[in-house]
Amino acid sequence: MSKVLIVAEHLNGKLNSSTARCVTCAQAFNADSIDVLVLADTPAAIAAEAAAIAGVSKVLTISHSANAHAIAAVYAPQVVAAAQGYSHVLAPSTTFGKDLAPRIAALLGVAQVSDIAEVVNAHCFKRPIYAGNAIITVEAPADAVLVATVRTASFAAAAAGGSAAIEALNVSAELPAHTRFVELQQGKSDRPDLQSASRVVSGGRGVGSAENFAVIYQLADKLGAAVGASRAAVDAGYVPSDLQVGQTGKIIAPELYMAIGISGAIQHLTGIKDAGTIVAINKDGEAPIFEIADIGLVGDLFTLVPQLEAALG
Amino acid sequence: MKILVGYKRVVDYNVRIQVKPDGSGVVTEGVKLSANPFDDIALEEALRLREKGVATDVVVATIGPADCQAHLRNGLAMGANRAIHVVTTQAVQPLTAARTLLKLIEKEQPDIVILGKQAIDDDCNQTGQMLAALWNRPQATFASKVDINGRNARVTREVDAGLETIEVDLPAVITTDLRLNEPRFIKLPDIMKAKSKPLETIPLESLAVESGDHLKTTHYAAPAKRSKGVMVKDVAELVSLLKTKGLV
Repeated sequence: MSKVLIVAEHLNGKLNSSTARCVTCAQAFNADSIDVLVLADTPAAIAAEAAAIAGVSKVLTISHSANAHAIAAVYAPQVVAAAQGYSHVLAPSTTFGKDLAPRIAALLGVAQVSDIAEVVNAHCFKRPIYAGNAIITVEAPADAVLVATVRTASFAAAAAGGSAAIEALNVSAELPAHTRFVELQQGKSDRPDLQSASRVVSGGRGVGSAENFAVIYQLADKLGAAVGASRAAVDAGYVPSDLQVGQTGKIIAPELYMAIGISGAIQHLTGIKDAGTIVAINKDGEAPIFEIADIGLVGDLFTLVPQLEAALG
Repeated sequence: MKILVGYKRVVDYNVRIQVKPDGSGVVTEGVKLSANPFDDIALEEALRLREKGVATDVVVATIGPADCQAHLRNGLAMGANRAIHVVTTQAVQPLTAARTLLKLIEKEQPDIVILGKQAIDDDCNQTGQMLAALWNRPQATFASKVDINGRNARVTREVDAGLETIEVDLPAVITTDLRLNEPRFIKLPDIMKAKSKPLETIPLESLAVESGDHLKTTHYAAPAKRSKGVMVKDVAELVSLLKTKGLV
C-alpha cells in the first residue's frame, strides 16, 4: 500500500511543472493515493493548479507567512509533520527538491534516493551516478518511509483534468528563524523556461563571447526555443549560471536540442541525454558531441547559424 | 573562528567510468583518485576566509579507507591547518556520513562547516543538508558567494530560477557550487610542509555512529546508448531533415 506525498514546487504564485512530473513517477509504481502538499504564504491558487493534475487524490495546504520562500530549514519540519501515515515523500530533483528532501530524510532518520530515473517497483528504482556514466538499481527498505527526489527529465508531466479536494492542514512544528530570505535575482526573459521548453538552443565555448551569444538568442527566438549553455560558456561569463545544462546544472529533455559550439563534455551530455532529437553544430568534426547527436553539421557556427535562421523563414 | 571542511576522495573527474561486465560495480582498480572537485572548492573557500582574517583554523575531514591519508595530506598541502581521518573500509552512504560529521562537529565545535554540494561519484547531493538537519542548524546549499559578517553569513545560491541570497546565523552548513571560487594549485614546498601537519586518525567504530546505510545497490549498468546519428553536409539538408521529423 503506497501512500505518496509530493511536496509541490512553486514560484511567484505558480506551480512548477516538476510537481506534475513527480505525479507521473508515483503513478509508475501504482501508488494507491497521491497527495500534493503546498507550503506557501498564500497557497490557494497554487493548490488549485495542483488539484487540476490528473491522478492527484488530495491537495494539502499549509499556509504560513514563513512559507513565503522555500527555505528548507523552515519547510522540512512541516513536511515531516504532514508526512505522518505516508509511505513515500517525493520532491522534484530541482534545486528546490535537492535542497529540501535530504533535510526531510535526515529528520525522519531515513536514507534518501536521489534522482529517480526509472521505477522498478515502489521500493526499487534506477538512478544515474558518475554523471550518468552508470545507472544503478537501488532498493530501499519497505518498512520505512521512502524519501526520494525525481529526475524531472525522466517523467512526462501528468496531464490536467483532475479535480482533487483541497484541504488546509494545521501542523505543529517549530519553525527556525536562523535562516532568512534576502532576495532572488531572476533572469528576466520572455523566452520559454529552459527546464520545461520543448525546444532548446544552447551555446558553448565556441560562441566566443557574451556579444556573440546574440546569434544563439536570435536562432532561439526564431524557433520559439529556450536558451541554454554549457558550463564552459557560463564559466567564461557569456551567460548567467541559470542557463547551464549538465550534471551540475539543469537536466532537460526537450523534443529538440541544438548544441552550438559545444564540444560535448560528459558532464554536459548527461544533462541532455533524454532529449528527443539532438542537433550539433561544431567546427571540430571530432568533437564528442557528434557521438550522441542525431544530426551533426560540421562548420563555422557564425556562418551556419545565420543561414539556418534564414532557412527557417 | 573554526571551519570544518568535508573532503571526500573520488574517482578523478577525467576518468572514463567503466561498468563491470557482471554489473557488480564500476571499475575503480587502478584508476586515478582525486579530491571531489566540489570539496576542493569548499577547502579553497575556507582558506580564503582564513586569509581574510575571518577564520583562524581550517580542519579537513574525510571518511574512508586507510590509504586516504595521502589524500588528506593534499588537503593539508593546499593549506588546511590539520586533518581528521575517520577510518572505515566500507563506503558510507550520505546519512551515515552526516551522522559521522555530526560527531566531529560535537568534538570540534566549528562555526562553519563547508562541504561540496555533491560528490561526483554517487551524485547524491544530500550530506550537507542532512548534516544541517541533524545539527539543527541552517543550511546554505549550492553557494556561489559567501560573505561572513560577524555571526551571520550572507550566501548567494545558484538555484534554477537564478541567484538566491539568504542570510543564516552561524554556526551553519554551507555547500559549494562550481563558481564559488577556483581552487589553488598545490606547490611543492607545501607538500613538504604538509608532512608535519597534524593528522588525527579515528576508527569509525569508535564514534558509535548509527548506520544510515539503508539503501542496497543491486545492479550497475552502462547507460543506454543513443543510436548513432547522421552527418549532414549543409544547412539545407539539416532543415529538410528537421522538417521530415516535424521539429520545425
